[in-house]
Amino acid sequence: MKPPPFEYVAAASLDGALEALAEPSLETRALAGGQSLVPMLNFRLAAPERLVDLNGIEELARVEETESGGLRLGAMVRHLRLERDPLIARRAPLLAEAAPFIAHPQIRSRGTVGGSVAHADPAAELPAVLLTLGARVRIARRSRGGESGSRVERTLDLEDFFLGPFFSALEPDELLTAIEVPPSAPGEGTAFDEVARRRGDYALAGVAARVRLDSRGVCDEAAISLVNGGATPCLMREAARTLVGAEPTPEAVGATAAACAETCEPAADMHANEAYRRHLVRTLTARVVSRAAGRART
Amino acid sequence: MSRAGGTWVGARVPRNEDARLLTGRAQFVEDVEPPGALHAAFVRSDLPAGRLRGLDVERARAHPGVHAVFTAADLGPLLRPGAVLVPPPPLEGLVFHARTALPLVRERIRHQGEALAMIVADSRYVAEDAAQLVEADIEPLDPVVDLGRALDEDAPRIHDDLPSNLAAYVRQAKGDYAAARARADLVLERRFSYDRGIGGAIENRAVVAEWDARADRLQVWDTTQAPIPVRNVVAAALGLSESQVRFIAPFVGGGFGPKIMFYAEEILVPWASIRLGRPVKWVEDRYENFFATTQERGQLHEAEISVTREGRILGVRDIFIHDSGAYDPYGLTIPINTQCTLLGPYRVPNYESEFRVAFTNKPIVTPVRGAGRQHGVFIMERLLDLAARGLGLDPVEIRRRNVIGSDEFPYNHEIMYQDFAPLRYDSGSYEESLEEAVRLVGHETFPRERERAQPDGRVVGVGVVNYVEGTGIGPYEGARITVEPGGTVRLATGVGTQGQGHFTSFAQIVADAIGVQPSDVRVVTGDTSDFHWGTGTFASRGAVVAGNAIHAAAQSVREKILRHAAKALEVDPEDLELADGAARVRGAPDLSVDLGALALSANPLRGAVEPGTEPGLEATSYFGPPYGTTANGTHAVVVAVDPETAMVEILRYIVVHDCGTVINPTIVEGQIHGGVAAGIGNAFYEELVFDEFGGTSNASFMDYLLPTSTDVPPIETAHLETPSTLNPLGTKGVGEGGAIPVAAAFAQAVEDALADIAPGLEILDIPLSPGRLFELLRGAS
Ligand SMILES: Cc1cc2nc3c(=O)[nH]c(=O)nc-3n(C[C@H](O)[C@H](O)[C@H](O)COP(=O)(O)OP(=O)(O)OC[C@H]3O[C@@H](n4cnc5c(N)ncnc54)[C@H](O)[C@@H]3O)c2cc1C
Repeated sequence: MKPPPFEYVAAASLDGALEALAEPSLETRALAGGQSLVPMLNFRLAAPERLVDLNGIEELARVEETESGGLRLGAMVRHLRLERDPLIARRAPLLAEAAPFIAHPQIRSRGTVGGSVAHADPAAELPAVLLTLGARVRIARRSRGGESGSRVERTLDLEDFFLGPFFSALEPDELLTAIEVPPSAPGEGTAFDEVARRRGDYALAGVAARVRLDSRGVCDEAAISLVNGGATPCLMREAARTLVGAEPTPEAVGATAAACAETCEPAADMHANEAYRRHLVRTLTARVVSRAAGRART
Repeated sequence: MSRAGGTWVGARVPRNEDARLLTGRAQFVEDVEPPGALHAAFVRSDLPAGRLRGLDVERARAHPGVHAVFTAADLGPLLRPGAVLVPPPPLEGLVFHARTALPLVRERIRHQGEALAMIVADSRYVAEDAAQLVEADIEPLDPVVDLGRALDEDAPRIHDDLPSNLAAYVRQAKGDYAAARARADLVLERRFSYDRGIGGAIENRAVVAEWDARADRLQVWDTTQAPIPVRNVVAAALGLSESQVRFIAPFVGGGFGPKIMFYAEEILVPWASIRLGRPVKWVEDRYENFFATTQERGQLHEAEISVTREGRILGVRDIFIHDSGAYDPYGLTIPINTQCTLLGPYRVPNYESEFRVAFTNKPIVTPVRGAGRQHGVFIMERLLDLAARGLGLDPVEIRRRNVIGSDEFPYNHEIMYQDFAPLRYDSGSYEESLEEAVRLVGHETFPRERERAQPDGRVVGVGVVNYVEGTGIGPYEGARITVEPGGTVRLATGVGTQGQGHFTSFAQIVADAIGVQPSDVRVVTGDTSDFHWGTGTFASRGAVVAGNAIHAAAQSVREKILRHAAKALEVDPEDLELADGAARVRGAPDLSVDLGALALSANPLRGAVEPGTEPGLEATSYFGPPYGTTANGTHAVVVAVDPETAMVEILRYIVVHDCGTVINPTIVEGQIHGGVAAGIGNAFYEELVFDEFGGTSNASFMDYLLPTSTDVPPIETAHLETPSTLNPLGTKGVGEGGAIPVAAAFAQAVEDALADIAPGLEILDIPLSPGRLFELLRGAS
């Protein structure tokens, strides 16, 4: 359980990191909190020739309010910050609610928002939570031959970012630089819950929900996403739609939960078979959507 | 800290070793790095069953920084199967086929992780790089994975020279079960499976060896629980005299059983040091630990109980298969423990028990904390629960009607235990411990409490179960106590220490005998240059066997002190007392002499020593019990079950136990807490998962779920003290008891919680994971 040899570059700036990553003759990888990457190196499941350490890049560690009143989370913002930052608690309480479910404090103080999203693990909490919030990802790379300027940036809907288990839309020379969370609308409530074997474990199943109610208490928008509900972190668009246009009564919520359980595509593993996961999705969706609706009412 | 009457035994003495442990100054094997040390890594088979057709190590040998790559072909006379550490007991009709592994695979691979080659390099990193360059040509064979089919006639054979995968067969019986069954009002039979996992010590195994060619001596630091026997085996294997080889087992980060085993690395690392003329260090990593270190695993039982209408046990019959893994170097300890411990604190007049041990293509099974006793307790306690249900009795009531009374000791169970001696209970408090646990958990009021609706939709249940644990078996341990001229007292014993608090409990025994503070006693354990007779730390025997050897040595030293002091003070020994590090005249404390001064005068540089005496204030004693002493206890647990998610939370955990004389309640509670944590892991979290090819699917702590501090509730403990009649201190073992009945208590409590929701639900398989509970709930509805 020792990593194979690699070259180590401590980047001091974003452009420096992009340059170090864009070495065509080498297999390069960004090193963020290292909480997923280092175990993979130690198991020799990954053998990059160069690691580009992002920990020294101050501009990636910022939490900012956007012009529209949303949030911009730099890629290197640690999970622990999500739990503790008052601005985040105000603007996106769902992040603060879900963050304590990620691993343990030691890991949360190292692990990063960008690392968690880039890692594209369907069992991770943040991707699902950010999908529920309608987040977008900011991506940058160094210009390739013939392109003007030194840096090329693009923005993607998070929903288009996840392509498969541990597989995202990032190119090898690209860095995820920030996550943008849109502002929350009035009448909106959010909630998160999961079932894990032990405190801090990856969830057997988890559900994040966002419910918006109009002045009559009728749901006019809903988003639900699942942790470990499929091959990628997944937004349950169809199921969430069943909630829209009616009051979130226990029956309505139950129907939505059933729809989620039916349409999700959970994997079976040693900790839970498919039937159990579906059952948990149903139970948790009912609980979480009710809670989100309750918060939307107040 | 001082106690009235100078009695340290029984006091909550803070641990002598904690200052070093808590400030990171304790020495572990990993801390040992002699100058010029090389580092070893092993190339291990990924396949559990195969034939090694070729092994190309040339690229690895040529890799920069690699000093040597050894394969079976290089081992010469070392290439022979390891020893059978525990022979089978002398039982009539017993079958036992001993099969042990070669240090490195020559041809046949029988479990995942068997070592194919040893690489020695400048660093562990380089050694692992080189390991990836080794090319093994392995012809895969059909693996034997499923225990239930391992003994089938058409199962692939693991040891070609045997007619089947049967490793052993044992039958023990008393009374006439068939006749008892014919008389019974109720007979219940069920199939049970009980699986256990790894020892899971924080510190993996490690060996550092330094051959000193000038001194002609080999020094080895090893994480073993049995430094003396391992030293002896290694010396013999390498053709050295025992006195040339010093084994040191310094602080060890947890033993839990697997470190009592003898392992190939313990020979190969010293051998490589001699061959290369350099110190060699090998530290097992967590991944290796899942294959290269022994583990415990499963048994399949077909058991039945025959009872009267009133719930009296007429008899029990149990037939089981035990998974030994690929080899059986530790003999039959585990299944015999199962067979004997099943009887528990109950009168079972008729008993028939038969087991078969099967070879499988899985890592080797040897004792892990509890060592098969869990399995037996689970079967018996479950049978009682089922019988209680069948008869409409409360689970506590059926136990009350069957426990052995306090006036029935010594109680003879008429079958043979793992120490080859009859299973005899020397003393115990079975009724008292059951009643005390019932009182503490509030069992009488419990049904009412359960009816109270839980605000979060969960249901609550309680479980109360008993156990008796055979502990403190022979053959013997020894101790040497020396009062030094500075007044400090040295105690050396052969057992190794893995966190049990030996530096304190042992010191307390000495402190009482010779009137010093426990902090004045310097304890040395597990260093063969300090003490070289003994067997090791296992079977909950340290405080019993080593403890009583220490007690005996301390009494001898006490007599020497009194004799010398009487002479120095010109009084009768009878008039002296030992306190505060001095011998003083009773009633005239000014007339006294320090132990240090006495030590000096007992070892004079000139003058004459009395004929017939020995120099120094020193004594060596040994203790060997005729047979093991039996500890007992009752566990009570309260659980909350969420019937929608199948998640279980332990709300309260109560342990009432009796380990005879309690030397240090804090240390005993620590043993219990650790044991219960292990038991909780076994009941609900830990499981080795093997895929259809026999590979371990969860060889990391990400998927092998040890319970963490958030999964183990505070544990309420009550001590009962019924002294053992088999040793002067009256001690019984307590190292394993905490782990033994947990799964049985857990199962009863979960069933109780679900009694209204799923009345027919039976928990017959351990571990119970939430996924399995979900299936049971689905099946019941
Ligand atoms: C014991 C343990 C338990 C855990 N439990 C959980 C859990 O319950 N839930 C959970 O969600 N996570 C869990 N994790 C994972 C943890 O949250 C990780 O921190 C996270 O998944 C990855 O973040 P990181 O910053 O550590 O990324 P790293 O490990 O440094 O990187 C992960 C991957 O992302 C890439 N990467 C990182 N940053 C960027 C970037 N800015 N741009 C492009 N690529 C990038 C890396 O190259 C690498 O491939 C656990 C980890 C451990 C060790």
